[in-house]
Amino acid sequence: MFHWLEQRPFFFAVMLFLTVAFAGFIEIVPDFAKASQPVVGKKPFTVLELAGKQVYIKDSCNACHSQLIRPFKSETDRYGMYSLSGEYAYDRPFVWGSKRTGPDLHRVGNYRTTDWHENHMMDPASVVPGSIMPKYPHMFTNIADLATAYANANTQKSVFGVPYDAKGMTKLGSWKEAKAQALEDAKKIADEMKNQTVKDEVAAGKVPEIVALIAYLNSLK
Amino acid sequence: MQSNAQLEYDYSVVKMFTFTTILFGIIGMLIGVILAFQLAFPELSNLFGEYGTFSRLRPIHTNGVAFGFTLSGIFATWYYVGQRTLKMSLSESPFLMKVAKLHFWLYFITILLAVVTLILGITTSKEYAELEWPLDLLVVVWWVLWGVAMFGMIGMRRERAIYVSIWYFMSSFLAVAMLYLFNNMEVPTFLWSGDAPSSIMHSISMYAGTNDALVQWWYGHNAVAFVFTTPIIAMIYYFLPKESGQPVFSYKLSVLAFWGLMFVYLWAGGHHLLYSTVPDWMQTMGSAMSVVLILPSWGSAINMLLTMKGEWQQLQTSPLIKFMIMASTFYMLSTIEGPIQAIKSVNAIAHFTDWIPGHVHDGTLGWVGFMVMASLYHMAPRIYKREIYSKSLMETQFWLQTVGIVLYFTSMWIAGITQGMMWRAYDEYGSLLYSFIDTVEVLHPYYTLRGIGGLFYLIGFFMFAFNMYKTATSGRVLDKEPANASPMAS
Repeated sequence: MFHWLEQRPFFFAVMLFLTVAFAGFIEIVPDFAKASQPVVGKKPFTVLELAGKQVYIKDSCNACHSQLIRPFKSETDRYGMYSLSGEYAYDRPFVWGSKRTGPDLHRVGNYRTTDWHENHMMDPASVVPGSIMPKYPHMFTNIADLATAYANANTQKSVFGVPYDAKGMTKLGSWKEAKAQALEDAKKIADEMKNQTVKDEVAAGKVPEIVALIAYLNSLK
Repeated sequence: MQSNAQLEYDYSVVKMFTFTTILFGIIGMLIGVILAFQLAFPELSNLFGEYGTFSRLRPIHTNGVAFGFTLSGIFATWYYVGQRTLKMSLSESPFLMKVAKLHFWLYFITILLAVVTLILGITTSKEYAELEWPLDLLVVVWWVLWGVAMFGMIGMRRERAIYVSIWYFMSSFLAVAMLYLFNNMEVPTFLWSGDAPSSIMHSISMYAGTNDALVQWWYGHNAVAFVFTTPIIAMIYYFLPKESGQPVFSYKLSVLAFWGLMFVYLWAGGHHLLYSTVPDWMQTMGSAMSVVLILPSWGSAINMLLTMKGEWQQLQTSPLIKFMIMASTFYMLSTIEGPIQAIKSVNAIAHFTDWIPGHVHDGTLGWVGFMVMASLYHMAPRIYKREIYSKSLMETQFWLQTVGIVLYFTSMWIAGITQGMMWRAYDEYGSLLYSFIDTVEVLHPYYTLRGIGGLFYLIGFFMFAFNMYKTATSGRVLDKEPANASPMAS
C-alpha cells in the first residue's frame, strides 16, 4: 500500500492530511461549546481595562508572567484560588503565558494596589529588590488607545455575543459614552497615583498606558 | 541516474533562500543572546527605551529564528532537494520559476515587516502566531505559492516514486497550512469600531479563554513539529546519505517512522496544558501520546545513525558528517526529554520553568541549527560550484557550538529544576519556604552561563556565515559536481 501511495502524490497527500488532521478533530471539537461558558457573575472587561490588556499584550507581559494558577497547594497558597475555565470566557486572546520568569498574575488584583504598580512599573527593583524585570517608564508617557479598546469591546459584543449592556453587566454604549466612562474610571486610578504628568494627562482627557494597565491588573481577581 | 546527466538544475531560488537563512539566523540568534544576558543583567533591558525590553524583543527572537532562519533553510533545501529527487529543473517551467521567485520575495517582505511590527508592539500575543492579521494574510499567500511550486514540481517529475524527503516536506506544507489557518482565525476590530478612530492593525481571536489556549497549543506544539521536525528530517534523509555515500539503512523503518509521526504528533499538543482548565481527558491524551512519540522520533534518528554503519571513520574525517550525526543525536536527546517533561508529575515541576526553554534549545540549536547549517554546507559546492572555503574553520565552529549547546541546556536543566522545587518547598510550619524573588535571584549564575553558551553558538554562526561567504566568492572553482563528500580546502 505504501509503495502504491508513494507513486501517487495526490492520494499520498490526501492520506497524509487525514492522518494529521484526525487528532485535532477529536481533541478540539467535543468540548468546545462547554469550555466557553462564563462562571456565574463574570462581567466583561470595561473599555479602560481592555485598553490595559492591550498594553499588556503590546509589551508582551505574558512572555514572563502566567495567568493560570494550577490546582496545587503550593500555587493556591502563593497566588490564591486555582483558575477555572469559566473565568476566561471573555479573554480574547487568552494570556495564560507559558513561562514564569516573574510570578503568576491571574489574581494579582487581590493583593497588589495601584500605588504598588505605579512604583513597580517605573522601577521594579525599588519595590522588589533583586527583581530582573525591565523598567517601563514609557508607559507613563505613551497614551493608551481607547478607540481600539472600544472597537475591541464592540467586536466582542457584536460578533461573539459577549453580554455588554445586558442587565447587571458592563456598560458599553456608543463610542462617546464609552470614552466618557473610561475617562471617569481613569480619573479614579489617577487620583490614587503620585506621578504628576499622569495626573495632568488624565485631567486633559488623555489616558496614559500605565493607568489603563493598572485598571486591567486591578481587575484580575 | 542516466537521465540525470543532461539535467541542469536551477539554483537561483536556492541561493536567495540561502542568503536569508544566514541573514535571519544572524538577526534572530543575536537577539537571542541579548535576551539571555538581559535575564542575567537586567540593566541591559533598558538601553533602548521601550524598544529594547526583554518582553518586546522576545517575539522577534522566536519569530526570527523559527520563521526567518529555519523556514528560509527549509525553503532553500526544498528547492534543492525537490528538483534533484524529482528529477526536474525549475528552468524547465517558466511558470514555476516565477512562482518560486514570488514566493521568495513575498516571504522576505513578510519577515521584514514582522520585525518592524513586533518591535512596535503590534502583536496578537499568541506564541509563534504573534503577527497581526494583515501579515497573516501575506503568510497565507506565500504559503500557497510554496504549495503551488511543490505540487507543480511533483507533477513534472521524472522519478515515479517520491522520495522520503518529499513526504516530509509535503507533510510540513499540509500540516502548517491547517494549523496556521485555524489558530490565526481572528476578527479585525476596526470593522466594528462604530465611529471610534481605532487601529486598523488590531484583531481579536475567534476563540475565547480555554478554547483559545487549546487551539493555540494544538498549533504551538505542532508548529514545532512541522517546522522544527519534519522538514529537518527531510533534510537529513537526503543530505546524510548523499554526503556519506551510504544508502539509507531501512526503507521499512522510514515508512513506519513517517506514518507513526504523522499520526501521533498532533495529539501531543495537550502536554502544554497539563493542570490547566482544559478537559482532563485531553491532558491525559496529550501526556500519553507524547510518550508514544518516542517511537517514531527515534525510528528516524536510529535509521540515520545506522545509515553510517561501517562508515563511522567519516565522523573523524568530515566535519560535515559530524554536524549531521550530532544533529541526529540531539534529536534523540530532545525527543526523549520532551516526553519526560510531558509526564504529568514531572510537568508539575518543569512547567513554567527554564527547563522548557532548555528543552527547546537542545532541539533547535542542536538538531535544527546543525542540520540546516550542514545542509547549506553540503549544497554550497553544488550551487556555487566552488570548494568549501575552510575545513578547519568548520571544525572549530562545530566544537565551539557543541560546547555552547551543552552549556545552554545543562544550565537550564539546573535552573528549571531548582526553581520548580523551590516554588513548592514548605517549611516545618507548613508555610511556603521561599518568596518568588528568592527563586529568581538563585538563577543568576545559570542565566549567565546560558548567555555564554548562547554567545559561543552565535560566534560559531558568524564563522558559518563567513565560511559560506568565502566559499561563494573565493572558494576554488570546481570543474565538475562532487558525487558525495563535499570538497573542502583545509
